Amino acid sequence: MCATCGCGDVEHEHEHEHAHPHTHPEHELEHAHAHEHAHARRISLEQDVLAKNDRLAAKNRALFTARNIAAFNFTSSPGSGKTTLLQALIKQIGGRFPLAVIEGDQETARDADRIRETGAPVVQINTRTGCHLDARMVGAAVSALDPPRGSLLLIENVGNLVCPALFDLGERAKALIFSVTEGEDKPLKYPHMFRAAGIVVLTKIDLLPHLDFDLDECLANLRRVNPDARIFQTSSKDGTGLAAFSDFMASQVAMTRA
Amino acid sequence: MVAAVADTVGPLRVVRVHLQIGALAGVVPDALRFCFEACVRDTSLANASLEIDEVPARGRCKGCGAELAMSSLLDECACGGMEIEVLAGQELRIKDVEVEVQ
Repeated sequence: MCATCGCGDVEHEHEHEHAHPHTHPEHELEHAHAHEHAHARRISLEQDVLAKNDRLAAKNRALFTARNIAAFNFTSSPGSGKTTLLQALIKQIGGRFPLAVIEGDQETARDADRIRETGAPVVQINTRTGCHLDARMVGAAVSALDPPRGSLLLIENVGNLVCPALFDLGERAKALIFSVTEGEDKPLKYPHMFRAAGIVVLTKIDLLPHLDFDLDECLANLRRVNPDARIFQTSSKDGTGLAAFSDFMASQVAMTRA
Repeated sequence: MVAAVADTVGPLRVVRVHLQIGALAGVVPDALRFCFEACVRDTSLANASLEIDEVPARGRCKGCGAELAMSSLLDECACGGMEIEVLAGQELRIKDVEVEVQ
C-alpha cells in the first residue's frame, strides 16, 4: 500500500517505457509510475530507516511506563567518567529505591563488574563491532534484569557522541556525561548528541583549579545548542553535586508513580 | 536498512534502493554509499543500485518566527536568535525499492 495516501498496493511495472501519471479520483493525488526496468516493479516503502528500532523503543517505553520504571540513557565520549559517576550515584541513593543497570561496551564485562561491586543488579551488553546500543539489545537486557516496579534503570551506552544520538532505547531522557577535561567547545562539536540530551552532567569538576577550562563559556555553548537541558555539575571524587543529582533521580522515580 | 527492505520484499531480488537523507539527519550520504556495497553482500540487495535524495534543512526561529535555510544545528537567525526549530532535514527514509519480477 502507498504509505503516503493509502491508495492500494505496490506499483507494477509494465512492458512500456513512458511514465504515465494518473489521478486517483478519491483524493486527486497524482502518482508518477517509473518504468526503467522491463521486469522490475517498484515497491513504495515510505519507511524511516530506524522504524524498527523506534517500534522496539516504543515497546520498551510502554513496559517502563506499565512498571513505573524511570529509565535513563547515559551517553558520552569514552573516558568521561560515566561508570564512576554511576557507582557514586548508586552509593548516594543508598537503597532508597530499587535500581538496575545495563552496561554497554564493545568488549569486556569490566564495567558490569564495577557496578556489581555496589550491589546493584547489572547486565552487560557487548556490542562487539557495534558503536551504540539499540532498542532490541536493551529490550533483551530488560527481560534478563526484570527490574522491580518503581525502580530506576540506568543504561550506560557505548562511549560515542555520534551514533547513539539516533537510537531511541525507550528511555525517559538521554543523560549526556561530559567531563571538564574534554574542553568547553564540545557541545559545539557534537551538537546532535547535545541537542538530544534532556540532562547534561558535567563531571570531574574537582579538576577545574588545574585546568584552563572556562566554565561560563562551556555553559554558554551548551545553552546555545540545547537551551532546555537540565544541567548538573559533579565530582565523583569529592562528592560535589551528587546529592542534587541523586535527588533529581529520586524525583524522576517518584514521578512514574504519579 | 538492509533488514527493513528484506523484511518487506521477502525473497525478491532488489535492483534499486531509493533513500531520502536530510542534511541534519546525522548520516553522511557518501559514507552510506561507501558501506552500502559491503552491507548488502550475500543479501537480496546484492548488486542493487543506491539512489539518495538529499533533503535540504530548514528551520524556524523561535524568537522572530522567520524561516531559514540551515546547514548546521548551530545556525543562527538573521535576527540573532539561536533557538531554531528544525522543520526539515532530519529525514532518514527508505522511499521505495525496485525488485526484479521473475
